[in-house]
Amino acid sequence: MFDVQNLSYLAGRRPLLRDVSLQARPGELLAVVGANGAGKSTLLRLLSGDLAPSAGSVRFEGRELRAIPGPALARRRAVLTQQHSLTLAFSVQELVLMGRYPYFRGQPSAHDHRVVAQALQLVGLTPLAGRSYPTLSGGEQQRAQLARVLAQVWEAEAGFLLLDEPLTGLDLNHQHHTLDVARALVQHGFGVVAVLHDLNLAAQYADQLVLLRQGQVVAAGAPAAVLTPAHIRHAFAIEVELLPHPTLGSPLIVPVPRPAVAPGLWPTSNP
Amino acid sequence: MPAVAELLTAPAETTAAVPASAATAAEVRRRLLLPVLAALLIGAVLVGAGAGAMRIPVPAVLGVLLHKLGLDVGLAFEPQHEAVLWAIRLPRVCLGVLIGAALGLAGASMQGLFRNPLADPGLIGVSAGASLAAVATIVLEATLLSVLREWLGFYALAAAAFVGACGTNLLVYQLSKEGGRAVVATMLLAGIAINALAGALTGVLTYVATDEQLRSITFWGLGSLGGASWPTVLSVLPLLALPLVLLPRLGKSLNLLALGEDQAAHLGLPVTRLKRQLIVLATLAVGTSVAVAGSIGFLGLVVPHLIRLAAGPDHRVVLPGAALGGALVLTLADTLARTAVAPAELPIGILTALLGTPVFLWILLREKRRRLA
Repeated sequence: MFDVQNLSYLAGRRPLLRDVSLQARPGELLAVVGANGAGKSTLLRLLSGDLAPSAGSVRFEGRELRAIPGPALARRRAVLTQQHSLTLAFSVQELVLMGRYPYFRGQPSAHDHRVVAQALQLVGLTPLAGRSYPTLSGGEQQRAQLARVLAQVWEAEAGFLLLDEPLTGLDLNHQHHTLDVARALVQHGFGVVAVLHDLNLAAQYADQLVLLRQGQVVAAGAPAAVLTPAHIRHAFAIEVELLPHPTLGSPLIVPVPRPAVAPGLWPTSNP
Repeated sequence: MPAVAELLTAPAETTAAVPASAATAAEVRRRLLLPVLAALLIGAVLVGAGAGAMRIPVPAVLGVLLHKLGLDVGLAFEPQHEAVLWAIRLPRVCLGVLIGAALGLAGASMQGLFRNPLADPGLIGVSAGASLAAVATIVLEATLLSVLREWLGFYALAAAAFVGACGTNLLVYQLSKEGGRAVVATMLLAGIAINALAGALTGVLTYVATDEQLRSITFWGLGSLGGASWPTVLSVLPLLALPLVLLPRLGKSLNLLALGEDQAAHLGLPVTRLKRQLIVLATLAVGTSVAVAGSIGFLGLVVPHLIRLAAGPDHRVVLPGAALGGALVLTLADTLARTAVAPAELPIGILTALLGTPVFLWILLREKRRRLA
């Protein structure tokens, strides 16, 4: 599990994260939510080891994260980043096979190929396995990267997935499908930490929520306890009402209608 | 869409696996590329060794080679064939193969490091630094560096160029470090700045040079394999063997680096160490090549491109492919350089640039069309 204690991160002198403590356990989906610039991605980059803490600690399986050798860590946890810079014309299958690189030296084994095929099937990209990655649509690229990340920790015991805005660019069906995959992994004993923007999806799928505002934790715990109108007003500066989800019973967040943007902000077009 | 939970728990046999041996056209090209290039290279070496003022037929070239290896299979050759081949042609062809392979490989490695298909070792100042040091040796020789000349003799120029290449590259690397890791974008910009500075200093030296020195500078800058002898080949061999053996082993790592530095690190790649290895080995390859053969342009840029066009972007194929391709192209170019205007000789740098530029522009236009499509 990830154990975060009093974690702070400064970019130069600007604090991006202040005194954050949390635990992410196997068998749980932890969603990190908050407004733009609240520190969600910074938190995830600290968890994935991209950034070194300015203060406090990130421990994984009881060891200081940045002291764990890269290859050993790679077989236990995989990271899906927000942006992808792959421009070379690798095929989708070659890309997903890269998720297996920590497992073989020379040539991939039959097992590696099998995992690639299963991961592709899981994200629904089997028909596009031979396609060149740069020619895919944004959402398909995102799913191909997800398959790569899944292949990386396919058979890990209590493995971890860190997902930074995994739903960006996905259609409604695939947003839910991605979270379905995450839930299935969680039931399999995986731990998942995901930065999510859609509070309703977070409420429906997450076991634990962490709500951030200006680098600090506003509230943490079960979705129903975190997603109160008062917390949301504090974190997002917006008035909301809560309705029970018609079938699931989880909270459904509906913004309260507010007056149109002040007309004075627009330049007058007619003289 | 498959039921997720089912698929995760399903035994491996029940899920449709894409067969590992799926032989698509691309896969076939990928597998054939290296054997085909190797065969072409052997052909080019035999033909290249035979071409020149005294034409030696391919069977005779083979005969001499086998004879030198202690095998006499009855391929006829004349004694003067053996003399010319051994003393003049073979060292030159060997040097061409080594340098071509080193330049192709260094180019492919740098393009992988910068994740930019237009990167070239010249971009990070290696060639400019080598040129500056070489020109300095030529111009200031009479006063400052005569001691060096005394020690190193013929190799003074080569040694100076090599030191210059390593020095500029180290400077660029230090300039681009932020908090212990080299930032690739800064490195490109620093390389451009150092290139400009080295160019200006070379200009100053050219300005004060005598007519005779100017001629030396010009010809050195155009590149040539003309200085080849067995001692030259043996002196560059250890320096080039290191990159030629070690760089092709970094294919998997470069594939991961193509995902992005953070993503590669998430997959367990020691990114900082990899970058350092790539820079040191590529500098060694290019610095040594420039030192003995002058600046040979465009090879490191164009050859990896052609390999990627033929076999796709997998660095496990691109790296050895670029080495074989570079050796092939330089062997052919040198053969042409020696024979086109015989008995005179064209500087090989002119040939590679003349042939390389149209190919390079064609690639640029192709990429542009593809982006617009």
